[in-house]
Amino acid sequence: MKRRDFIIKSINAGIFTGAALSFGGYGKIFANTVHSSLPYDLVAVRDGEPDMMLDKALKAMGGIQNFVKKGQTVVVKPNIGWDVSPERAADTNPLLINRIITHCFTAGAKEVYVFDNTCDKWSACYKNSGIEKAAKDAGAKVVPGHSESYYQRVDIPKGKNLKQAKVHELILNSDVFINVPVLKNHGSARITVAMKNLMGIVWDRRYWHRNNLNQCIADFATYRKPDLNIIDAYNVMTKNGPRGISTADLIKMKYLIVSDDMVAADAAAAKVFGIEPEEAKYIPMANQLGVGQMDLTKLNINRIRV
Amino acid sequence: MKLAALKKVRVVFSILYFLSIFTLFIDFTQLIPEKIYDSLLFFQFIPSLLSFINGFAIAATGFLLILVLTIIFGRVYCSFICPLGILQDIFSYLSKKIQRLKRYRYVYIKPFRWIRYSFLGIGILGILTGITVIVSFLDPYSIFGRISSGLIRPLFVKGNNILTAIFQKFDIYTFYIVDLKPLQWSVIFVSVFFLLLILSFSVFKGRLYCNTICPVGTFLGLFSKFSWFKIKIDKNTCTSCRLCERVCKAGCINIASQEVEYDRCVNCFNCLTVCPVNSVQYIPATKTKNVRETKKNKSKQNNRRQFFALLALIFTARKTRSQTIEVSNTATFPAKRKVAVSPPGSVSIDDFNSACTACHLCVSACPTHVLQPAYTDYGFIGFMQPVLDNHTGFCNFDCIKCGEVCPTGAIDLLELDKKRQTQIGIAQFVKQNCIVETEGTDCGACAEHCPTKAVRMVPYQDNLVIPEVTDNICIGCGACEYACPTTPYKAIYVEGNAIHQIAQKPEEEQQKKVVEDDFPF
Repeated sequence: MKRRDFIIKSINAGIFTGAALSFGGYGKIFANTVHSSLPYDLVAVRDGEPDMMLDKALKAMGGIQNFVKKGQTVVVKPNIGWDVSPERAADTNPLLINRIITHCFTAGAKEVYVFDNTCDKWSACYKNSGIEKAAKDAGAKVVPGHSESYYQRVDIPKGKNLKQAKVHELILNSDVFINVPVLKNHGSARITVAMKNLMGIVWDRRYWHRNNLNQCIADFATYRKPDLNIIDAYNVMTKNGPRGISTADLIKMKYLIVSDDMVAADAAAAKVFGIEPEEAKYIPMANQLGVGQMDLTKLNINRIRV
Repeated sequence: MKLAALKKVRVVFSILYFLSIFTLFIDFTQLIPEKIYDSLLFFQFIPSLLSFINGFAIAATGFLLILVLTIIFGRVYCSFICPLGILQDIFSYLSKKIQRLKRYRYVYIKPFRWIRYSFLGIGILGILTGITVIVSFLDPYSIFGRISSGLIRPLFVKGNNILTAIFQKFDIYTFYIVDLKPLQWSVIFVSVFFLLLILSFSVFKGRLYCNTICPVGTFLGLFSKFSWFKIKIDKNTCTSCRLCERVCKAGCINIASQEVEYDRCVNCFNCLTVCPVNSVQYIPATKTKNVRETKKNKSKQNNRRQFFALLALIFTARKTRSQTIEVSNTATFPAKRKVAVSPPGSVSIDDFNSACTACHLCVSACPTHVLQPAYTDYGFIGFMQPVLDNHTGFCNFDCIKCGEVCPTGAIDLLELDKKRQTQIGIAQFVKQNCIVETEGTDCGACAEHCPTKAVRMVPYQDNLVIPEVTDNICIGCGACEYACPTTPYKAIYVEGNAIHQIAQKPEEEQQKKVVEDDFPF
């Protein structure tokens, strides 16, 4: 073995050992922590600005401390799918992302990461959505998600059509997962909200599209429950979704929905959007798989008007 | 200033300029502003000439300035500005270090005029007929571009990726991984061939390539022959020690006759640094005897006349052509692209084919990597020229990078608004291949990605939705084709527009705001 090879191999070995050690925490992450202490199943706020509505919602939920503990690492997953400006509301509101990160650090988070596996060119999406700047301003690390090397294969034992997926390492390595979708119309899924937003943490989306998109969305929801879902429904794209072609696609609804139950959150968002939850096929599918509760009458909901 | 300092000036200038251009081709961060591309590439001879011919006269006079410089100073272009020439100098220099070849290793080389003028003729023919692929093979700047973009850039990207992976383990995400797209082997083969050719020529014979094959070198040689400033050997003081001949990369100093053959001299100024008796001078022609000048003036005028005649020919006699091709494989329902998709701003495939020298600067700069070197997509006429490959990416709606960087005018710089309406092709839906049809499940990946909603989902049987294309608002960006998940063939693909069209703007319909006053749950 040449000296150079030896050095390279040693470095590699070091990296793999380190990586193996850091993978040790997986078990804990899959445990789907039950927040028995949460005062409400779902909080809906309306008629305020995104950041201020978030403050109200989190306060109603007992504060960010119920989700983020001191010293924990947090991954915030907005929708940054499209290379459009914030006014187009095809991506999550940057102001809201900034505020969420600030809350996390207030609770003592060690590190907050932000990423998405975008549809348009990732660097353009990060920049033009305003999210990169908003997140960095708040002190978060903005992480790329555009290369397969960031993703690791996981099993989805409860999935019907989707048995495996490659998931971004940050989702696997972080203590807390906060899902921050923006409510939009979607051509084939009808609406995109919390569960659909998880398509941005996996690598091969084409597989989903080939194998019954709606079922795959529901299947993947069984894999990893976000600790918190914060739905941006301030400007809602009601047509031409999910990318939209102009601001004429938007209606200013000024809603924010917070829940640790993706199915409940999506069902409530469907109502806000103006459709029944059943109309977005993956919602009843996920309900059936036991991911959450789509019957809003069975939930303890706090409705706040600003 | 001592004349020997000229060599130092040449070395410093050429290295800085070389590194700058090299950086343009290597850059994978897309952070270099448009202006830098423009100013750095302004003096590249063939791109500037083609750009001039293609009608951007004011912005593209770089080649005229080069001609003026050549008439005054000789072939300074070859030693100061041509990246391929500088690359050869670098190879020569390194070979001296590595192989311990002697510095004084060159000898006078006979001119090979037949070969030179044949290649020049072929090059001019290529420009006149609009069969630019010939020029692509011969233009030194484009050869350099392809070597940098196709062979060297991937090494930088791999290096970046290894470093990024290491940093990532330490939780540093400042750098990011850059994905490499599959290589077009035929194009790589051409680049490797030229790299080896140039490497071997430069290591053993200095600038032999520039004085046998390169049509730009030969063309400029027609002018440098009569340049005002020249290398002169003072026959009264010369001791015929041959040191100058031995350092002459161009092999153009014939010490037997104590003459320099100016059409091959590349103005490297090496000879100025070695003459022990200062017999080698770089001086204006006016300082020499007048007897020979009158004779030469005549031929100079002749030459000028020939040049203008040539320019006139170029403007009038350009001919273009195109060819249709089949892109996809053949099986169940293969999507066949009859016409390739050329970059937005290329106006038409004919225009593009006749103006692009395949330097691959746009291939390097394209953020989505949809631009890839063509194999037979355009037919042989467009071999190696960039083509939109919707399997590697799609044309970003809000991007005009290729137009910004293109030095030949093959890709016009469009206003962003105009680009968003430039229809480079039209999406074709192949229902037989579509998931909704074959599997009976929802999909909609194509409509999801469409920036104009030319592809949208409409009601279909069993409570499903299926894609439908509105031709007149489709711009052919290929987002639908890229996103389409069907294998091995796509259920939606872009058919190129041989002549680019203007698409309609999608309608923006204002909606009535109906937000219920109460919570809906």
